[in-house]
Amino acid sequence: MVVTTALEIVDLCFRRGAKRDLTLDSVSLALRAGELLVLLGPNGAGKSTLVHCLLGLATPERGQVRAQGAELRSLSHRDIARRIAYVPQSGYSAFAFTVEQLVLMGRTAHIDGIGSPSLRDREIARRAMSDIGVDHLRAEPFTQLSGGERQLALIARAVAQDAPIIIMDEPTSSLDLGNQGRVLALMKTLAAGGKAVIMTTHLPDQAFNLDARVALLRGGRLIAEGRARDVCDRESMSRLYGAPLLRLEDAEARGVVAFVPELF
Amino acid sequence: MRYWRVPPGVDIDARALMVGLVVVLGAMIVVSLAIGRYPLSLMTIAETLLGRHDPSQAGATAETIIFMVRLPRIATAIMVGAGLSIAGSAYQTVFRNPMASPSLLGVSAGAGFGASLALLFHLPTLGVEAAAFAGGLAAVGAAYLAARSVRSNSLITLILCGMVMSALFQALISLVKYVADPVDTLATITFWLMGSLAKANAMDAATVAAPVLLGGALLFALRWRIGLLALGEQEAASLGADVTRLRTIVILCATAMTAATVCVAGIVGWVGLLIPHIARMAFGMEPGRAFVATAALGALFVLGVDDVARSASAIEIPLGVMTAVIGAPFFLFLVMRTKGEQWS
Repeated sequence: MVVTTALEIVDLCFRRGAKRDLTLDSVSLALRAGELLVLLGPNGAGKSTLVHCLLGLATPERGQVRAQGAELRSLSHRDIARRIAYVPQSGYSAFAFTVEQLVLMGRTAHIDGIGSPSLRDREIARRAMSDIGVDHLRAEPFTQLSGGERQLALIARAVAQDAPIIIMDEPTSSLDLGNQGRVLALMKTLAAGGKAVIMTTHLPDQAFNLDARVALLRGGRLIAEGRARDVCDRESMSRLYGAPLLRLEDAEARGVVAFVPELF
Repeated sequence: MRYWRVPPGVDIDARALMVGLVVVLGAMIVVSLAIGRYPLSLMTIAETLLGRHDPSQAGATAETIIFMVRLPRIATAIMVGAGLSIAGSAYQTVFRNPMASPSLLGVSAGAGFGASLALLFHLPTLGVEAAAFAGGLAAVGAAYLAARSVRSNSLITLILCGMVMSALFQALISLVKYVADPVDTLATITFWLMGSLAKANAMDAATVAAPVLLGGALLFALRWRIGLLALGEQEAASLGADVTRLRTIVILCATAMTAATVCVAGIVGWVGLLIPHIARMAFGMEPGRAFVATAALGALFVLGVDDVARSASAIEIPLGVMTAVIGAPFFLFLVMRTKGEQWS
């Protein structure tokens, strides 16, 4: 039997502290190789917690996460990293690693305990940089890059990690429209290349633009799931974000729909 | 942290720089053998080192000076410098904090307290070293836990907690001195705490060399992986690193190295803060190159400073005083140069 399910989340519950309410309440989802999933939800809906559970950084109270058939809890960090790559929000770095050094760090799970990257690792990192288009930034310190360049460098690192599943936490949150487009196009390419890609975002129009599946998370529960054009209408989006929204659509927009808050 | 850039078209070979450092260190050792209250000529040094000195009184004196006094002191200075610098660099990476260093984290004071307590009870060298290690570990552990419970991501918080630990352990050192026997123990503790290499002998060199070489070798072997810790706990784990184990190893090694330097040289500040910065500035972040450069520059710095300390005036200037006088202004210069951009 060919395993086509890359990532499977079964009845996942997470609680932050024994007396608190559930942060994640019976979330179930499945993702095939080559599929793109956009995770939408208001602040505090549990998106980040879900991402942490998917990376094995948070231990769920109940339920399972299976990456390529293996339960995350039974895997070491290294084995998880060989299955799932993570693109964090481009953040702060105290030390000025060059882009090449940063991308090489994506090879960690493939390098033995006291080893350094081999020539092959360097070659893979170089290819990842040229695939993502950050080749020219190779020797630049990460700390001196623009927000868009940082995000691209982190995506190149995830590509170098060579994992079948890629999880991106708000990859476009601090980017201008041009860079947002670049990152989204890259995600499409990655999915077309057979990766299972999950991203969180606050912009539903990106799901339309990617023609992706969406999952709506609110209060720790998965309230809807399906193709963006089926799931994201004005009513469901207004309910998701708890605010009246306007739906914008243009005849020339090729099916892309955007939502903006309605002001009083 | 890059403060200047190599101009385009100029490609400085890293290996050439390494060789350069080693050559400079070798030259520094020869100079250190020559200078002092009893100056020796290069000819005498060469003859003595090759075991072909003339059988006169002068030859025997030169042999004693070189083998009993200067070589042990030089070896100790090199080990103290390299040990403190590598430990400082390791703390900076683990705590993701370019301001972390053995003295600012309270490790030096903690180790000083442990060692002085051991001296109070007349423990043997190994006992002093173990007590220094335990004291240093207690200080860095307490500083880290305190900073963590403050739940602030600011770099300053950890440094403040380290300074609190430092002050606490300095007070405890005073307490040990207060109860120490003024005839013998008090003098021993006081002179040793001043941070001097004046009495360094072969035993001291061995005492500091063992932990520094062992800890240094382990940190060197793990050098590439340790860099991952600079990305932060979650990012490093998501890349597949075993963060807890890695961090434990690094802190144990760095603390053992610091404790060993404190045992033979007292509390020598600034080295562990300054040298890693200079090494990163000049040699970049490539782990192997940065490691060797840090060790070599640290050794050069302490050796040079100790040479000045013992030959600049009729009385010896304590080593810790010298490193502070040089280190503090230089550090301010660094902060101004970077305009604090990566510090907030």
